[in-house]
Amino acid sequence: MADRSSPVYESGEADRLPVHDHEVYNAIAQESDFIELRRRYGIFAFPATIAFMAWYILYVVCNNWARDFMNIEVLPNINIALVWGLLQFVSTFAIAYFYARHARKSLDPLATKLTDEFERETGR
Amino acid sequence: MSTAMLIPLATGNRALTIGLFLAVVAVTLYITFWASRHSKTATDYYAGGRSFSGFQNGLAVSGDYMSAASFLGISGAIALYGYDGFLYSIGFLVAWLVALLLIAELLRNSGRYTMADQLAYRMRQTPVRSAAATSTIVVSIFYLLAQMVGAGALVGLLLGVTSAALKNIVIVLVGVLMIIYVTFGGMKGTTWVQIVKAVMLMVGTVLITFLVLVQFGFNFSELLGTAAEKSGKGAAFLQPGQLYGKDLVGKFDFLSLGLALVLGTAGLPHILIRFYTTPTAQAARKSVLWAIGLIGSFYLMTLVLGFGAAALVPTGPGSQIQTSAGNAASPLLAQAVGGGEGTLGGAILLAVISAVAFATILAVVAGLTLTSASSVAHDLYANVIKKGQASEKSELIVVRIAAFGIGAVAILLAIPAQRLNIAFLVALAFAVAASANLPALLYNLFWKRFNTMGAIFSIYGGLIMAVLLVTFSPVVSGTPTSLFPNANFDWFPLRNPGLISIPFGFLCGIVGTLISKETHSAERYDELTVRALTGAGAEKAVVH
Repeated sequence: MADRSSPVYESGEADRLPVHDHEVYNAIAQESDFIELRRRYGIFAFPATIAFMAWYILYVVCNNWARDFMNIEVLPNINIALVWGLLQFVSTFAIAYFYARHARKSLDPLATKLTDEFERETGR
Repeated sequence: MSTAMLIPLATGNRALTIGLFLAVVAVTLYITFWASRHSKTATDYYAGGRSFSGFQNGLAVSGDYMSAASFLGISGAIALYGYDGFLYSIGFLVAWLVALLLIAELLRNSGRYTMADQLAYRMRQTPVRSAAATSTIVVSIFYLLAQMVGAGALVGLLLGVTSAALKNIVIVLVGVLMIIYVTFGGMKGTTWVQIVKAVMLMVGTVLITFLVLVQFGFNFSELLGTAAEKSGKGAAFLQPGQLYGKDLVGKFDFLSLGLALVLGTAGLPHILIRFYTTPTAQAARKSVLWAIGLIGSFYLMTLVLGFGAAALVPTGPGSQIQTSAGNAASPLLAQAVGGGEGTLGGAILLAVISAVAFATILAVVAGLTLTSASSVAHDLYANVIKKGQASEKSELIVVRIAAFGIGAVAILLAIPAQRLNIAFLVALAFAVAASANLPALLYNLFWKRFNTMGAIFSIYGGLIMAVLLVTFSPVVSGTPTSLFPNANFDWFPLRNPGLISIPFGFLCGIVGTLISKETHSAERYDELTVRALTGAGAEKAVVH
């Protein structure tokens, strides 16, 4: 619990909250619903981030160091470099779509439940 | 973009172009005064009352993000360098996944008005806010200068103004307009200006893309083939290597640029504060999804515009596209597909695309000025100087004075900065955002032990390293195109600092955290995480 009399920490957003709010936050943090929400968030967000970063950096690296491969034509005037560039668009749209679906189905219901609980406990 | 000698376009259609420019000014000023009547509280001013829907904010985010450098610069780079010109847009788009997955919703739930609100949530206020405000202002000013220098060059190009004095007048006028938008309209006015701009940009781009594709019977391969042939470079025009990675240093430079582009977006303060304008984190998520859709479609269309310009408009030495460093490609293409020079259709389309470019500049500079002014008033004045005891009324007076001051400084800096390369200023803004802001934001959200010292180290460390490396790069000295072509202190070979400065920013955050014995910030981590992930206790929309 924060020491609200500490001169160093005055004036922050969090320090304007009543002490009771901090207690409610810390209680929610221990609940199984919250631990599950955090797990469900992390299980999508972190692997997806590593995947799209690796996929993008590989593309940049191949533009530099695998030009013979990138220059192969798969259709008239359309080479692997261009196709891969367009696939970066496709993968971005796809990850965005799947994250939105995951968030709507798996994250939002838990978040709403915990927010309701917070508002009940703090009387907001 | 560059400020090299410009051959003006469209001297005969100046009346039409000026008429459309004035219409853009009239509409945006009307929006501003409407917004000023509907803005009363600090939340109205800083965050547009948090009442924008996901779709509205998605349009505004796109309007804030797609600068004239995207609109004219990328299509121009494709027209001149083919495939390599397309690479910028890929980094610019993929970057949105960082914002979507790691930043947007969590920031919306745990921040209030500025980037510093989020960073300082569990830290000592004064040092962290000062650091975050410094980097907010540095990033925004670099970006703002790029836009204003671009405005001078572009409006000069589009209106057929060549004299330096008239270009300065254009810069001053753009500066005065942005001060008016921000001072009176606040976030509400700025958001609507960005929404109008985004709609104009998308409609204009769809129209020209459609007209180009009609000429090639919707056969993209034929469009590429014609562009390659007309470019005089043949198949090489469609392959990597025309612009980037010509030698080993160039290859690392491109890698460095790629990293800065993909990691910079989610650290740009003017993008981050847009997420505060929605009522909930779900709406913030929807706005990023809309932004990804709109920005992605836009960049796909720039591919058609760029190769279309290469195929349909002369791009050889001495052509207008060459002398404008590519910036004239989209307007000239519009003229060509409208019927060509001297036709009514060509004149109308050229004027329309010029007006879109002008609206683009106005919307982006307004967003940047608002971001800097908010940080000065809310972070430096209200929280650092007044220690959180400032009244809302005084804060709202200070933010307007700050908007005026930043606008004035930007005008004064932009006039001599016209010698600077615009792409360099934009890339530097992205590099600082990725090196200074992103590490602090990510550590604050995902690393419990992270503390005040860590935040200060990562922000100042990333910021100073990025600026230092650029100072000692070929951008500033040592080559004929450098800022100081006759000096030689270019011991750092890369033009973009990201490859070194981004890992350095992350490393500084770890070192700073570990050498500090502060425990308070870790105690507040659970609270921050609950708030960020659930939205419990998050700031609510204003109900009027």
